[in-house]
Amino acid sequence: MIEITLNNKNISVDVEPDMPLLYVLRDELKLKGTKFGCGVGQCGACTVHLNGQAIRSCITPISAVNKQKITTIEGLSTDGDHKVQKAWREHKVPQCGYCQSGQMMSAASLLANNASPSDEEVVEHMQGNICRCGTYKRIKKAIHAAADMES
Amino acid sequence: MKIIENVSRRNFIKLAGITAGSFALGVHLPLTKAQANTLAEHQINFFISFNDLGDVSIICHRSEMGQGIRTSIPQIIADELGADWNKVSVVQAKADAKYGPQGTAGSASIRSHFTTIRQVGAAAREMLEQAAANIWQVNKSAVSAKKHFVYHNKTGEKITFGELAKHAAKLTAPDVNTITLKSQHNFSLIGKNVKQVDLDNIVTGQAEYAQDIELPDMLIAVIQRPKVVGAVVKSFDASEAKKVKGVVDVIQLKPRKLPAGVYPLSGVAVLATNTWAATEGKKKLSIEWDTSNVAAASKHDSKQFTKQLKAQVNTKGAIVRRKGDVYRHNYDEANTVEATYSIPYLHHAPMETPAATAIVTSEKCTIWAGTQNPQWAQGMVAQELGIPREEIDKIELNVTLMGGAFGRKSKGDFIIEAVELAQKTNKPVKVVWTREDDVQHGFYHSSSANYFKAQVNGQGQVDNLIARTAYPPIAWLWDEQAKHPSDSQLSLGFADMPFELNSLSLEKHDVDSYVRPGWLRSVACINNGFALGSFVDELAVKANKSPRAMWLSLIGSDREDNPSSDSFKYSNYDLDYKDHPVDTKRMKSLINLISDKANIEEELPSNQGWGISFLRSFGSYVAAATKVQVVNNKIEVLEMHTAVDCGIVVTPDRVEAQMEGAMIFGLSIALMGEISVSNGAVEQNNFYDYPVTRINQAPKMFVHLVNSKKPPGGIGEPGVPPVVPSITNAIYHASKIRIRDLPINKVMEV
Ligand code: FES
Ligand code: FES
Repeated sequence: MIEITLNNKNISVDVEPDMPLLYVLRDELKLKGTKFGCGVGQCGACTVHLNGQAIRSCITPISAVNKQKITTIEGLSTDGDHKVQKAWREHKVPQCGYCQSGQMMSAASLLANNASPSDEEVVEHMQGNICRCGTYKRIKKAIHAAADMES
Repeated sequence: MKIIENVSRRNFIKLAGITAGSFALGVHLPLTKAQANTLAEHQINFFISFNDLGDVSIICHRSEMGQGIRTSIPQIIADELGADWNKVSVVQAKADAKYGPQGTAGSASIRSHFTTIRQVGAAAREMLEQAAANIWQVNKSAVSAKKHFVYHNKTGEKITFGELAKHAAKLTAPDVNTITLKSQHNFSLIGKNVKQVDLDNIVTGQAEYAQDIELPDMLIAVIQRPKVVGAVVKSFDASEAKKVKGVVDVIQLKPRKLPAGVYPLSGVAVLATNTWAATEGKKKLSIEWDTSNVAAASKHDSKQFTKQLKAQVNTKGAIVRRKGDVYRHNYDEANTVEATYSIPYLHHAPMETPAATAIVTSEKCTIWAGTQNPQWAQGMVAQELGIPREEIDKIELNVTLMGGAFGRKSKGDFIIEAVELAQKTNKPVKVVWTREDDVQHGFYHSSSANYFKAQVNGQGQVDNLIARTAYPPIAWLWDEQAKHPSDSQLSLGFADMPFELNSLSLEKHDVDSYVRPGWLRSVACINNGFALGSFVDELAVKANKSPRAMWLSLIGSDREDNPSSDSFKYSNYDLDYKDHPVDTKRMKSLINLISDKANIEEELPSNQGWGISFLRSFGSYVAAATKVQVVNNKIEVLEMHTAVDCGIVVTPDRVEAQMEGAMIFGLSIALMGEISVSNGAVEQNNFYDYPVTRINQAPKMFVHLVNSKKPPGGIGEPGVPPVVPSITNAIYHASKIRIRDLPINKVMEV
C-alpha cells in the first residue's frame, strides 16, 4: 500500500511498486489530465509536481513518491484560476492542447522558484516540454504575463 | 439539399446525433446533464437545435486536431444564424453521412465547405424569421434576426430565438436556392477572435482525448506489429508476457495481405487491466516473423534508396507538362544551374499517439476514436464486421479531440485493431500506441528526390527549365503496381509551377515502394516546395539578383496561370478554378510583402543571412522568410516570418496560430527530420532519435495576414512548404553552404 497526498487529499493505492506514477494517476485513479507522450522522460506531457517541483511522472515509480505530495493539473488551482492558467487563456496558447497540462505544470514550478524569469531562464526550464503543434511563442509570452500578474 | 432538411418531427435521438450522453463529451452547456435530459429540444436542422432557455447547440461535423475547427464552424453557422456567441454550445458530430463529408484533411474544412456551412445557418435564421413573421402576421421581409432575437423592422418589437425555435422547428426548411447569405460587410462573428470552444477544458486538464476514454471492465491493448511492412507472425511465445501482473490475455491479430490500404498489418496484442502492464507485457513477447512474402521490403535501405532516387531524377523521365523543347537547347554550362534535392522519410509524431476504444456486441459496435475521417473509419468497421451498408447505423463512432494528427489519424488502422480485439474478447478494449509504435509503424511522408536545371541569360532571365520528381506514391497503399504520383499528387507544388517561361519540361519517374506512404501535413508540397524554393535561390545567386527580384521575374506578368494541359489535369486542391485561379498577382504581392516586412535586404554581419521562399498550396498563398546565423558550422535561427493570403479569414487568431505552428513544423523537418530504414525496419524509436523542434530552437516569429475578400483558402498546411527552403536559403546566404539534402543536421550542428 502506497500513501500519497494527491491534490491536497490523502489517498492510498495498492499497485505494483514499480508502476510509474503516470499510470497510477491515469489508469488507477482515473485522473486523465496528465498525459502520455513518450514514456521515457523526453517530452514533458506527463509533468506533475512532487512537493512543488516539476517531475516526469512517466519515469517516476510510485514507490519513489510514497508519503509525498503530488499535484496534477486537476489540483493546480481550485477554479482553473492559477496565474499560469489565466495567462494561458489570455494568450490562447493551446492548439490541440495535449501537451498543455505538462507545459503549465512546468511553467508553474518555474514561477514558484523564480518569480520573474528571463527569456533564457524560461527557455532553459521549458526545454523538456515538447509541443508538436508549435505553441512555443505563446508559451514564452504567457509565462512572462503570468510572472507579471499579482498572485 | 439534404443537410438543411428539417428533421425535428422525426425521431430525435436517432437522427440528431446529440443524445444526452454526448453533452458529457467536453461540451460547455450551461446546464447540468439532468436538466439537459428534461428540457425540450427544438431541432431546426441537422446542425442546429435550441432548448427552451434559448441556448443553441451547433454541431461541429469535422474533427478537431488543434486547428480550431470546433470554434470556426460554429462561428460561421452562428454568424449566419444571427446567434449570440455566448449562447452557443458546440456538440461534436458522430460519424454520419447526413452531415456530408467529414474527412478532415487537405486543409479543406473551410475552403471547400464555406458556402454550405453558411447555408446551414442562414436556412435556420430564415425559419426563425418566418416563425416571427407568422406571429406578427407580416411578410418575412418585414423582420430581421440579430443577436438571438428576431425584430419587427417597423415597430422594433422583438422575440427571442428560444421562443421562436419551437415554432420554427415545425416549418419546412427553405429551398437552398432561395436562401440569402449575409454580405461580407455584415459579418458579425466571421473575422472576429471569438473564444476557443475547448480553451477552458484544456487549461484545466478536462479536455477529453482518445487516450482518455475509460469504460467499466475495459482492457488496454498494446500491440507488437511487424517491423517489415507485410511480414506476418510465424510463431510467438507469450509465456513471459503473461507473467506480468495485470496482463489478462495475449491475442494474435488477423494477418492481412498487401495491399492492405489503411488496415492494420497483423501483430500480437497484449491485453491488460492497465496501460503499464500492457506496455511491459509487450516487451516480453517473443515473436518469430515470416518475411518470405516481402523479401524486397525486408532488404529495404533508405540511404541506398535516396541515392537511387537521386540517380533516377538525373535521367529523363516521363513528361507531365512541357512547353517548347528544352532538349534541343544547348545549355551553356557556365550559366546553367543544375541541382538535385532530397528529403528522407518523415513521420507525423503527433503529441498524442493513436488510440481507439471499441465495444462490439451482436447488435452494435460503439467506438471512441481520435479520427480525422469518421465516415471512412465507420465504413472500414462495417466491412470488418460484415455489416451491410444499409445497417451502418449499427456502428456508432464517437469522435474525440485529437492531440495532434497531421494526417496520421486519417487512417483507420488503429480503430480496426480496437474493433478486432473487442470482438475477440467480448469486452471494451482500448488500443493504445506507445511512442515507439507510433514512430516505427507509421504511414510516412515518402522519401523523395527532385531535380532542376535551367539556364540564366545575360540579362539574368531564366529559361529552358527542367524539373523532375521521384517518390513512392500514396496510391501504393491500395495498388502495388502504383509507381508514380497521380496528376492530383503532381498538382501539389510540382506541375503547377507558375513561372513564365518559353521552354520547360516537367517529368516524373517510376519508383517501387517498401514502407507505407501517407499524407503528412502539406504532403508532396513539402518536397516540391523545398526543391522549387531552393532552386529559385540558386538561380538568383547565379544571376546575381536578389531573391525577391528572381521570384518576381520568374512569376512574370499579372495573369491567371492554369497549368492544365492535354497531358496534365491540374486538380487545384479540388477547388473550382473559377473561384480559385492561380493568380500571379497575389503571388507577387506576397513576395514583396514578406521581403518588406522581414526587411530581408537589410545589411547583415557576414555570418548572418536571410532566406525566402513561396508556395501557393491548398488554395492559399504563403511566403516565408528566415534569418539565421552560422558560427563554426552551427546554425542558430534568429527570426522567422510568414505572410499569408488565405482569402476571407474566419478566426484570425487561429490562422496566426497555424502559421506559428507551421514555422515550428517546418523547422523540425528542415533541421532534424529523418526516418531511416535498414533491412526494412525503421531505425528510430522515440523523441531522442526522432527529434522535433523544442522551445530552445524556436526563433522570434511574426505572422503577416493579408486582408482579403477572396474565397477562403486552406490554413492547416500551406504554412509549411515555404518555411523549409527559407531556412536552407538563409544558411546559404550566411555561410555559402548550400543544403540540398535534408535534414540539415547531417552536415551542420543545429
Ligand atoms: S510522457 Fe513522460 S516525459 Fe514524455
Ligand atoms: S498544443 Fe498540441 S502538442 Fe502542444
